[in-house]
Amino acid sequence: MKKEIRICGFGGQGVILSGFIFGKAASVFMKYNAVQSQSYGPEARGGAARSEVIVSDEKIGYPRPTSVDFFIAMSQEAFDTYRKDIRKDTVIVIDPELVPKHKIGRPVYKVHAQKIAEKLGNKIVTNIVMVGAATAIFDVLKHDAVREAVIDSVPKKFIEINKRAFDEGLEAGKNARNEL
Amino acid sequence: MKYKRDPELIRDVLGKKIQFILGDMACVYGGLLAGCSFFGGYPITPASEVTEGMARMLPRVKGTYMQMEDEIGSIASVIGASWGGAKSMTATSGPGFSLMMENYGFAVMTETPCVIVNVQRTGPSTGQPTLGAQGDMMQAKWGTHGDFEAIALAPSNVQECMDFTIDAFNLAEKYRNPVCVMADGEIGHLRERVVVPDEKDIKIVDRVPATIDKKKFIPFTNSQTRNSKVPDFPTFGTGYHTYVTGLTHNERGFPATDKQPDHEKLVKRITSKITDDIDKITNVEKLYLDDAKTVFVTYGASARPAESAMEMARAKGKKVGMLRLKLVWPFPYKEIQKLASNVDEIIVPEMNLGQIVHPVREYVEGQCKVVSAPKIGGEMHLPHELYKYLEGK
Repeated sequence: MKKEIRICGFGGQGVILSGFIFGKAASVFMKYNAVQSQSYGPEARGGAARSEVIVSDEKIGYPRPTSVDFFIAMSQEAFDTYRKDIRKDTVIVIDPELVPKHKIGRPVYKVHAQKIAEKLGNKIVTNIVMVGAATAIFDVLKHDAVREAVIDSVPKKFIEINKRAFDEGLEAGKNARNEL
Repeated sequence: MKYKRDPELIRDVLGKKIQFILGDMACVYGGLLAGCSFFGGYPITPASEVTEGMARMLPRVKGTYMQMEDEIGSIASVIGASWGGAKSMTATSGPGFSLMMENYGFAVMTETPCVIVNVQRTGPSTGQPTLGAQGDMMQAKWGTHGDFEAIALAPSNVQECMDFTIDAFNLAEKYRNPVCVMADGEIGHLRERVVVPDEKDIKIVDRVPATIDKKKFIPFTNSQTRNSKVPDFPTFGTGYHTYVTGLTHNERGFPATDKQPDHEKLVKRITSKITDDIDKITNVEKLYLDDAKTVFVTYGASARPAESAMEMARAKGKKVGMLRLKLVWPFPYKEIQKLASNVDEIIVPEMNLGQIVHPVREYVEGQCKVVSAPKIGGEMHLPHELYKYLEGK
């Protein structure tokens, strides 16, 4: 088993943290090998940012994706920029509010992550909603392992809201699967 | 304040035994585990996280972090701290490494144990700050003037960033020489799982302090208490008065700059103290060398795509192998000589225009074909780019 995940958005959305959480879930809370890499512009916020994770049950040589299995986009610019080299059957997950122009003639999983996060009281957990949704849609990593990785990766005083964001994301992901 | 390495406190600060961390951060962990108690540095991409990590963590294990005004000051502070008895370290990238060159030589000449982590980025000059390269491999060996022996390790994964930083301290302490951890922006900015070793599984080497009668102590000669070319260390403040100079010095440490034999004796001792032990120091990984006819000789990040290319080739029945240099300097020439007599071709992938391919060629001495596989611009080779070198074999 080898899966490659690309998560992209704009700087400041927590794109890198999202990749970090998948990598940690796979390699610390499960027995897989994982590598996570990133690229981003010099801006602290704004600009397109990208985080990539490879999860495998074998040793990982080349540490960057060569054939993306799962593509998550949280901004229009990132969706347009980082989609170019994905496969015909790559699973795509987007937030339709953040990526309004997503009709590309192929199925796309839609998760209203930012709306869900706003309802939870803080837009800042949009990324964790997306992590939850993607966990349900991809169904490669154990849901509990990802939840553990979320708890282990966010500041202590924000654990509760992040747990809720993750759980709501899981539900949203399951719904998105049913819709498609 | 005298620092005492406290294994429990260090592990308390490092946290869980299994973690998913950056290569840069793993260098911090390695330093702390090795007993580093002084870090002098100036942040520079892509090594900034080493400096940041040290700033956060070193004071918590009762060590000292000092933000310096530049890289010249950084290495100077590290050398001073070492003479004060501290295991000391700095971290930088190409532009800073260039600035450190003069004092790198000073550390060699004064036999000062210290560790320099270089998370390499592209050059010349400020180049591509956020992107990785392996462009300083020759600089580590030849960048400071005069004759000297470099000791340099090159991690290929995040665990090795930690392990090799520990090794670097041990080698520095053992040979009283600066030791470079030649990481790169690719591995430094990669996150992978690391396992923090238990105390019983970790080897810590400390320099041998001067203990003999102070009147009989000679600071720059073979050890007076052991069979070693490495002199015992007269830590400042312990009463062993020592003159420390970068000028050619006699055994007492005083300048002796006008006679050929004095210089030859000194420089031959400080180089042969390392080369005499080449068999003990050499550290390579061998993959499929039993039957391989074409072999990648690699180090650092470029070992990753090379390994993928090798596996692609093996899956098609091609006899391809890999010799990975974990320690690049002193150059493991015996391994290369042995390899050359057994294979048809050696391919050397590097994120530069060809550096380590040169000593490879030197020691192959025409016994087999040697091909340079360079790539620059801040990107690792893709596996299929390296596979192309294997086609038809």
